[in-house]
Amino acid sequence: MARTPVEFRLNGAEKAVFVEGGANLLDVLRRGLGDMTPKYGCGQGTCGTCTVLVDGRPQLACLTLAETVAGREVRTVAGLPDGAELHPLQDAFMENFAAQCGYCTPGMLMAAAALLERRPDPSREEVVEAISGNICRCTGYEPIIAAILDAAQRRRRRAS
Amino acid sequence: MSSQTRVELRKDLFADERDDNLNEIGRPTARQDILGHVTGRSPFFDDHQFDGLLHMRCVRSPHHHARIRRIDIAAAERMPGVRRIILGRDVPHNLNTLLSLIDFGRDDEPLLATGKVSYVGEAVAAVIAETERQARDAVAAVRVDWEVLPHVLDPEEALAPGAPIVNETWPRNVFEYHDKYTHQKLRFGDVERAFARPDVEIVEGRYQMSPIEQAPTETCGAIAAPETNGRYVCHTSTQALFFSLGTTAKLLDMPSSRLHFIGGTVGGGFGGKVDSLHEPLAVLGAILTGAPVKYIWDRAEEMQVGAPRGAERWYLKDAVTRDGRIVARRFRGYFDCGAYTRLSSYAVQKATGHLPGPYTIENVSSDVYCVFTNRTPATAMRGFGITGVDFAIECHMDKVAERVGLDPIELRILNAYRDGDMKAHRRLAKNTALIECCQVAAEKAGWPIRPEFAAMSSLTGGGGDRAAIPETVTDEEGRVDGTPAARPAPRPAAPAPAPAPATASTSARPAAPATRPAAPPATPPAAPPVAPPVSAPAPAAAPAERPQERPAQKPYQPQEPFTRGVKKPGAHRFSSLSGTRRR
Amino acid sequence: MGLTVETYASAAEAARALAAAQDARYLGGGTLVMRAVNYGDQSFRRILRATDPALGRIAAQGGRISVGAGVTMAEITESRELGFLAPAARAVGGPAIRSMATVGGNLFAAHPYGDLAAALLALDGRAVLADGREQALDELFAARGRGQQPLVTAVTIARPERGAFRFRKVSRVKPKGVSVMSIAAWLPRSGGRIAGARVAYGAMGPTPRRVPRVEQALEGRTLDAAGVQAAVAAAAEGLDPPEDAIASAWYRRAVAPVHLRRLLLEEDG
Ligand SMILES: Cc1cc2nc3c(=O)[nH]c(=O)nc-3n(C[C@H](O)[C@H](O)[C@H](O)COP(=O)(O)OP(=O)(O)OC[C@H]3O[C@@H](n4cnc5c(N)ncnc54)[C@H](O)[C@@H]3O)c2cc1C
Ligand code: FES
Ligand code: FES
Repeated sequence: MARTPVEFRLNGAEKAVFVEGGANLLDVLRRGLGDMTPKYGCGQGTCGTCTVLVDGRPQLACLTLAETVAGREVRTVAGLPDGAELHPLQDAFMENFAAQCGYCTPGMLMAAAALLERRPDPSREEVVEAISGNICRCTGYEPIIAAILDAAQRRRRRAS
Repeated sequence: MSSQTRVELRKDLFADERDDNLNEIGRPTARQDILGHVTGRSPFFDDHQFDGLLHMRCVRSPHHHARIRRIDIAAAERMPGVRRIILGRDVPHNLNTLLSLIDFGRDDEPLLATGKVSYVGEAVAAVIAETERQARDAVAAVRVDWEVLPHVLDPEEALAPGAPIVNETWPRNVFEYHDKYTHQKLRFGDVERAFARPDVEIVEGRYQMSPIEQAPTETCGAIAAPETNGRYVCHTSTQALFFSLGTTAKLLDMPSSRLHFIGGTVGGGFGGKVDSLHEPLAVLGAILTGAPVKYIWDRAEEMQVGAPRGAERWYLKDAVTRDGRIVARRFRGYFDCGAYTRLSSYAVQKATGHLPGPYTIENVSSDVYCVFTNRTPATAMRGFGITGVDFAIECHMDKVAERVGLDPIELRILNAYRDGDMKAHRRLAKNTALIECCQVAAEKAGWPIRPEFAAMSSLTGGGGDRAAIPETVTDEEGRVDGTPAARPAPRPAAPAPAPAPATASTSARPAAPATRPAAPPATPPAAPPVAPPVSAPAPAAAPAERPQERPAQKPYQPQEPFTRGVKKPGAHRFSSLSGTRRR
Repeated sequence: MGLTVETYASAAEAARALAAAQDARYLGGGTLVMRAVNYGDQSFRRILRATDPALGRIAAQGGRISVGAGVTMAEITESRELGFLAPAARAVGGPAIRSMATVGGNLFAAHPYGDLAAALLALDGRAVLADGREQALDELFAARGRGQQPLVTAVTIARPERGAFRFRKVSRVKPKGVSVMSIAAWLPRSGGRIAGARVAYGAMGPTPRRVPRVEQALEGRTLDAAGVQAAVAAAAEGLDPPEDAIASAWYRRAVAPVHLRRLLLEEDG
């Protein structure tokens, strides 16, 4: 089986890994590098639970050919906290009951993180749009939308 | 606005029925697992890492109904990375029904089909390979010679004469209740007499609901691995850990003490993760390869093979007086349980226990059929057994209201059950609250109801005549006389409160399981064809493309067959869980 | 066995490798190719990709604009040059899909996909092949599925007059949902009357397609209730739309006039 070396940054740390031909980034992160935070829900781009950031943009790890992230920066939920301090999104998700089974949560958090980095003060419509590729079967979305709006406020408060 | 502010507790209602000392209800409480969820660290089954993990994928039927003439695994077995291909003959006890653990129903479903398949997606072989891709390639290389059989996809057509037999365990295409009837009966009073009354209108309706997929975000799966001391650990997405444990022990003919099941972190279940299909195959894979094996459905399998809430069709017939009192209601219901029983037999009983809805109706009759068709087997989903018939009942209430010219909410209040009323399954209603729910709903919706309806209460007007059990007519329609002689006669039904004849609800179950193939062979089985069950991770750098010569696989048999029937893991008597016991 | 990935520095090399191969698939953003890989598609064993920066270029070329085949939907929505095309790019998938999905892949995405491709078709899109040849998109679509598809390096489109290009996607789920249909219309006007309209549908056939009868019915008309009447009447004429989980063929035909009318009159809904 053909194996190719791929180097990239994961949550700020340099990684080098051998990947099998056709391997997707989700498998490489989980099995290859042990970062279990992105989840498998479909392998076809429809659920969003594998969402990670590649150079700051949201991408579906299950549809990302591993080789294509060579030399780029990949971020997952494992890299969201700042040391021991949780990211404002994580605090807001906890306090707004934005997770029930928790399976969609990593993807939701990364989709939301991508939004807040571009739009620190998003409208409700922008939040809905930002998570439109992410399915949650438990919450009915409202608590998630509330949490993301709340997180935006927390971030602004922390910054000021 | 955050979501919890929308909950309004109406403590003014039934205030004297409770101490107002609730500490949790009505207040937000953080989930105990929330920190794991927001940090991505909650341990779902697939988050456990095993060195040398093997991957299992199934060969599935493309047909609704077909005989398996031959399964040719020769080419697939020789493909790179393939460690083992499991067939039905490798499953020590390849026939089961989920509720056999509570002694309900007959074993009717193989883990891997052998003689024939009865729905699209039914598994006939399981390939274990070093990578998922290799397993997929090998699945594509397995050749199955199918003889396509006629199929039936509609429950009423399945009951028609000449319909193809879906499942040989149930030759009439229905689950046989109490080994006695083709359907679950409920009789209360005499509906036919009420239908013949001159002062009533007859309102009939037909309602149906399609199958509904639970679609959990995490697909179903399990990872099993050999532990020391001949035990196997199994991480699973199951919603029903002890179901899965007991089912695995039974199918693999091994004591449950050799199974170490770990679950509890479930990526959404909604009823769709009780069927225990993954754990037995994953554990069998670990036994046969001596290595950790993962068996997970992809999304397409979850949607196609994963058991949905089954389709239902209901026929309702009411007798209604001019002033809107429903004096009789008859139900005929068909649950489409797909090719195998799973939990549908129980869903039918739940539905029957719920009839005629939250209303006091003096004559009720119901026949509900659990029908086999060549669809994906149905299973549990949020309120299963109730949701479909409630939909039918409430649609029908609107239809009745329209027919008799009454406001639909007032009609419901008028017919609502009240404390002290006798329900059709012969228990007194208590803590009823439909009237108050209707009143509050009307108020919130700005829907005017007349003052006398706004003044009614669940606490008054019930009981008295309404507590009586009417004289009930019974019948033997749908009696099954061809019950196999070997089946023990059902015990007499538990006594019902006098003077009602006891034909309602669940009767006691026979003590012994209904049908079971011959006991496992007593002869010592051949040594297992694989390496000893120690975790021996494959060296990662091993050249994978070595074409292997290997002896033809012998069917697997457990070294020490577990004598079953004495101490079945987790077995309860069904009647002790529901049905005949009165609280 | 297993899959191999071949990475080429130039589009020309990748194109040559692709032309010579039986068992290869070119990878753009991969949203469809990787889906096939993940599900064990047995029809290809090699994945070819190119890292050529030229594929990601957006450049003005006289009255037309050249959009590299590797340009993503997200990049279109952020490009000042392509502002008129942003609504069509935004109609593709959710944000994560859009940061991966490319223009080149959209040209070859099977029904019900191809929302952007419909817009490119309405804008007189021409595919630029690796050897520099150009092919009108209708021709490219007609040849789709027959034999190995050629590598497309860019698509050139007309630059529509301000306000002359309209796009609308009809879906049941909002904001992200698969197309019941999409409609793209380039409606140049001269003296208030339409001259040389190009109207294209997505999800109304196996590939995006123009609707010549609608175009003809708009010729010389004004964009008001009376002016669009004939075009609306012709909206579904002669079409045989696909039947799928999203909509029946009957439904697609039935709603086409409604949505065409809304697009032409810029009504909400
Ligand atoms: C969840 C989900 C939602 C989606 N929603 C939409 C939607 O709303 N609208 C829509 O239109 N599409 C949608 N798509 C389909 C797809 O994402 C888009 O059509 C996308 O533009 C395809 O581009 P890609 O670069 O990802 O293609 P790839 O997956 O890389 O390729 C697709 C096909 O095009 C070929 N190809 C790619 N680039 C070239 C090239 N330069 N030359 C020749 N051949 C090429 C490939 O060989 C392959 O056959 C969706 C997909 C997913 C998974
Ligand atoms: S697993 Fe990647 S989108 Fe579902
Ligand atoms: S919390 Fe369960 S899927 Fe979103």
